Amino acid sequence: MTTSTPKRPPARPLRLSLDDPRIAGLFWQILVVGIAIAIVAWLWSNAVHNLSVRRISTGFAFLGREAGMPISDSWIDYTPKNTYLRAFIVGLVNTLRVAVIGIVLATVIGTLVGIARLSTNWLLSRLAAVYVEVLRDLPLLLQLLFWYVLMQGLPAARQAWKPVEGVFLSNRGLILPSVPLHDANLWTLLALVVGVIVFIIVRRRLIAQQMLDGKARPAWPYALGLIVALPVLVSFLAGASWSITLPELRGFNFVGGLTLAPEYFALLIALVTYTSAFIAEIVRSGIQAVPRGQWDAAKALGLKKSFALQHIVLPQALRVIIPPMTSQYLNLTKNSSLAVAVGYQDIVSIANTTLNQTGQAIESIALIMMVFLTISLGISLFMNWYNARIALVER
Amino acid sequence: MSSLAHVPQDPLPIGRPRVQRTLGGQIALWLRTNLFPSVASSILTLLLVAVLGKAVVALWQWGIANAIWSVAGNDTSACRALRGVGACWAVIPEKYRFILFGTYPFDEQWRPALVVVIFIALFALSSRRSFWRKELFLLWVAALVAIGCLMWGGFLGMSYVSQDRWGGLPVTLILATFGLAFGFPLGILVALGRRSKLPAIRSLCVLYVELIRGVPLISLLFMASVMFPLFMPDGVNIDKLLRAQIAFILYAGAYLAEVVRGGLQAVPRGQSEAADALGLSYWRKNLLIVLPQAIRHVIPPLVNTFIAFFKDTSLVLIIGIFDLLTTAKTAIIDPAWQSFSVEVYVFVGVIYFAFCFAMSRYSRSLEAQRTAN
Repeated sequence: MTTSTPKRPPARPLRLSLDDPRIAGLFWQILVVGIAIAIVAWLWSNAVHNLSVRRISTGFAFLGREAGMPISDSWIDYTPKNTYLRAFIVGLVNTLRVAVIGIVLATVIGTLVGIARLSTNWLLSRLAAVYVEVLRDLPLLLQLLFWYVLMQGLPAARQAWKPVEGVFLSNRGLILPSVPLHDANLWTLLALVVGVIVFIIVRRRLIAQQMLDGKARPAWPYALGLIVALPVLVSFLAGASWSITLPELRGFNFVGGLTLAPEYFALLIALVTYTSAFIAEIVRSGIQAVPRGQWDAAKALGLKKSFALQHIVLPQALRVIIPPMTSQYLNLTKNSSLAVAVGYQDIVSIANTTLNQTGQAIESIALIMMVFLTISLGISLFMNWYNARIALVER
Repeated sequence: MSSLAHVPQDPLPIGRPRVQRTLGGQIALWLRTNLFPSVASSILTLLLVAVLGKAVVALWQWGIANAIWSVAGNDTSACRALRGVGACWAVIPEKYRFILFGTYPFDEQWRPALVVVIFIALFALSSRRSFWRKELFLLWVAALVAIGCLMWGGFLGMSYVSQDRWGGLPVTLILATFGLAFGFPLGILVALGRRSKLPAIRSLCVLYVELIRGVPLISLLFMASVMFPLFMPDGVNIDKLLRAQIAFILYAGAYLAEVVRGGLQAVPRGQSEAADALGLSYWRKNLLIVLPQAIRHVIPPLVNTFIAFFKDTSLVLIIGIFDLLTTAKTAIIDPAWQSFSVEVYVFVGVIYFAFCFAMSRYSRSLEAQRTAN
């Protein structure tokens, strides 16, 4: 065969028939989009008509009105006299409070259970398997109601369980000792955060230097200086007081300390245990995806099993683990909306109350959607960034 | 390999001679390797045995030893006296008809019971590989029609029962099954659309999937129960159960579309190119060549999505539809039985668990078959 510059076939003339793929493609697109637009337009015109009949004005002006709904469990100042906007912000904070703490706890517990499932100890691995199987095969809402009923069945505040001094468990929830946050204490915390960040940078430099000449440089003196000595010094200079306030029973309720309301506590337990079962399976399959040769090679080098797990296997497993883990985090965040079933006032619950009070259905649901789409996008972006960071760097 | 079979085997195995162990020896060996391989592991085992033993004893005492299995009439004083010490299982025989079938007319409850049996038989048949034929589709249509006839009635001497009296397990199964039966074709269409070369159709499908997957199911259900009437013309009033069902179909469609899309991506391009070369139309190419292979790839994740979906039907509790969980919660509103919710939740939990566990076992066996192949 002689090779010559290939000639492009002449473009076929456009035939006005559905047999021509270009015409067919255009036809189907116009048809489907047309139907979609027609349906949306029909629904919209119905909605406009119905809203005008019910004298509900559209728009977000209602956010400035007085909400008049009580919110019992809030981290920011709120009274029923505040606006709907503020109520929504309280709901958002409540959602984030359960989602963020839930994600952290579920990750820790799920990872431990996932590793336990692979343990050589038969009893431990069986127990972990039962934990996963039972929690995964029951509806989350059922588990949530179950935990909530158990919370309500706890003794009253006067007969509260006191497992450790200053910790009370009663039908008022879990009450923990707290530390007051003065300015001086905040400065100390800030010093601690700065110390940790500087230490991470220093440690990275040390490892980079070790890569060059192979000499090990101990990092612990820096850790001692930056993470321990610096905050202690700042605490001393700023005159921080670290006296812990212990909650006390006065009359029928507790004074002082940090209170986790039973609704919040039940929701947190249900979300954490349920999600941790899924995370355990992800971690297990991630570790199993690492070839056996990696374990064997680590053993041949004389590394301890825990060291091999931490420094050889887990970093490789993480690449398999991160993408499904991201969707579990998203699930946990979305599932936190079950709060409405036990009366914990998260964003969905507040939007629902608003909807019933004002009839602003479209706006309330749009707010829920906006909040959750933003949170989902945030988690996805963060996890994609993390995934790119730990991805295998190929030469 | 076959030639090797004729090589005479060495009569004496190399290495340590195999010791015939007694049963006791075998047990001891098993215990040593699995429970007491090292000091740390042994301590862990003993610790776990101690904790587990305590928990089992406590559960035994609460659930069986101190439990009350039946009471006369509605007199629950004996149960109340034992609150926290022993379970009151008497609530189950008292309330199980309501939990399982809701407010369906008491004398007609054989009909929902039969419906549950039909559902289970349908699932069992559909799980067998030898039944994966075209006739299965007809069987599904027939079964779903029969279920509708039985639930509504109104002929053959069966009285008409309106939808707002349905409740319990049949409603859970109806929501899940109809949601999947309609959501699955929708998901396939959307998955195809998302991989289509036509930009308008592709972006429409992406918008649908991402919007539905981005928000909690509860907000979709709120939409169905509160917003839906707003979007309908005057006088059109669609039943609440049907509205929730539509929400579930849309929800299932979005999630199943993503699973099917994964399967479509796993089918080699050559397959669809070969179909093009044979001159098959778009629909025949996908229905006959691509989709059968794609769906075979994703059967285990599909079953996992079914499990998640089955559990998610319990969320209708929040918009007040009487599914299994709602009837359970309602059964204990009765003042006499108010404080025995744990027992009722355990009962309902066992039912949910049975369905989900069967499905997850099935998914695992499929996965094992696939890796074996």
